[in-house]
Amino acid sequence: MDFFQGMADNFSNLWTIIGDLTVTGLTQGAIYALIALGYTLVYGVLQLINFAHSEVFLVGAFGSVMVWGWLGYSSGAAAVPPLLVVIGMLLLGAVTASIFSGGTALIIERVAYRPLRRKNAPRLIFLITAIGASVAISEIVGLLVDRKVVSTPALVHQKFQVWFDPSDIGLNINSFGITNLQIGIVLCAIGMWLALDLFLNRTKFGLGIRSVAQDEDTAALMGVNKDRVIMLTFLLGGLAAGVAAVLYNLKFPQITFDMGFLLGIKAFTAAVLGGIGNLRGALVGGLVLGLVENWGAGFFGNDWMNVTAFVVLVVVLMFRPTGILGDSLGKARA
Amino acid sequence: MLLEIEDLNVHYGRIQALHGISLTVDEGEIVALIGANGAGKSTTMRAISGLRRASAGRILFGGDDITRMRADRRVVAGISQAPEGRGIFPGMTVLENLTMGAYTRKDKAAVAADQQRVFELFPRLAERRKQPGGTLSGGEQQMLAIGRALMSRPKLMLLDEPSMGLAPMLIRQIFDIILEIREQGTTILLVEQNAQQALSRADRAYVLETGAITRSGSGSDLLVDPAVRDAYLGVA
Repeated sequence: MDFFQGMADNFSNLWTIIGDLTVTGLTQGAIYALIALGYTLVYGVLQLINFAHSEVFLVGAFGSVMVWGWLGYSSGAAAVPPLLVVIGMLLLGAVTASIFSGGTALIIERVAYRPLRRKNAPRLIFLITAIGASVAISEIVGLLVDRKVVSTPALVHQKFQVWFDPSDIGLNINSFGITNLQIGIVLCAIGMWLALDLFLNRTKFGLGIRSVAQDEDTAALMGVNKDRVIMLTFLLGGLAAGVAAVLYNLKFPQITFDMGFLLGIKAFTAAVLGGIGNLRGALVGGLVLGLVENWGAGFFGNDWMNVTAFVVLVVVLMFRPTGILGDSLGKARA
Repeated sequence: MLLEIEDLNVHYGRIQALHGISLTVDEGEIVALIGANGAGKSTTMRAISGLRRASAGRILFGGDDITRMRADRRVVAGISQAPEGRGIFPGMTVLENLTMGAYTRKDKAAVAADQQRVFELFPRLAERRKQPGGTLSGGEQQMLAIGRALMSRPKLMLLDEPSMGLAPMLIRQIFDIILEIREQGTTILLVEQNAQQALSRADRAYVLETGAITRSGSGSDLLVDPAVRDAYLGVA
């Protein structure tokens, strides 16, 4: 009886704070989504899970914190700088993180994957070099920061805005607020997805990427340079990861050299959940995952956050093995 | 000579698929390669377009040695291929497939004109320009594959089994169009199982058996050659 009473309490508790959980979930989910875009892009073109992608994100996060630090904006800086400086710092951080993340992605492709592709190595081997590259990069970052926790500067003054009181419309839930940062993060994720989608579907480079994803031999017969397409794909994934890294730095007070692992797994889960190889799937998967794990945490308690996330993954895949939206970039591989 | 193949060998792992093939294609010719399933016809095509590496021998195109050239560079050099199984990008529209054919070209106005020319050759494609390639019928896909191969303005066009899976009337139509393409100045090397059509339309032909060329001559000569008639034309 106690157990059921506990469940009922949890549920009414979940219901009263569902507003906050939802906002937090969408924000975290947006960051997952941005990282998931990289997994899904590379998978769509190469049918390869780039397990080192979490470190693409990691390097971007540390890169932008480093550059901010050089300019005097490190953790503990007393006050949030003036708005113009903030905008400048955010742009600079985004550019830096994109260069670091994009560069890391290109290096991984060149060092860990291309030599294997030249030799037509079996799929399993790519998986092993991916894990190797991932561990190596995260350890190098660890060495550079003495394996210490690094604090991020407080660049954005987070304004808390309560839009309306749900009890006004007869809902028995707590009122909840949304910060400017949370809105920004979700908008960034949607914007990045939209930009990538347009790039893939409206430009010649995008056409080249899609051709290799659908039929690489025929793509070569059309004059598409496969190596260049693959580099571009890794670069695009790196750029999205760089944006994710900056947003992460703004949202969370600290970063560590080993944070890539769990985040990478989560983002990969998001990609699979939404349908790997599908850009929209990465976005939907990320947001759904963020929501589900935060609702789960509200319902079962914080310790159950990751459990909920992966149980939902398994359940979804049981009924929809290709994920929520299915495969699309390499769609109809006939 | 536009294309000269000298003593070409191709291996799939340890299995040798081509045993020292030599053939030539002159500018403005239609040359056919006939033979049974597994004789090495498609492998020859893939070696010419660069999808398969030659393990020995040379491929000369317009006098230049392209044996080691990457497949995508050969498109720029002037070779295009409508591959076996047509190779239509299923998730791309007819229009996008044609754009892929002109991937290496920068002259947008001329590309648009060539697209128009393809639609004149194949009015069916014009009707379906917005439709995904994967939803076309077999015949339409073949038209699209040929049209797309034209879009790079090739000097040499490789057609791998253009008649495969098509109704007899459509086969005649496709071959009529192949003749027309030649009239407009493109040299053609085609692989066929339909030896009757191929030999009656080609200027010259080679017969391929288990990875080696066993006969060659003008299409009309081979058409009346008793050995060829016996093996490939289904008449004793």
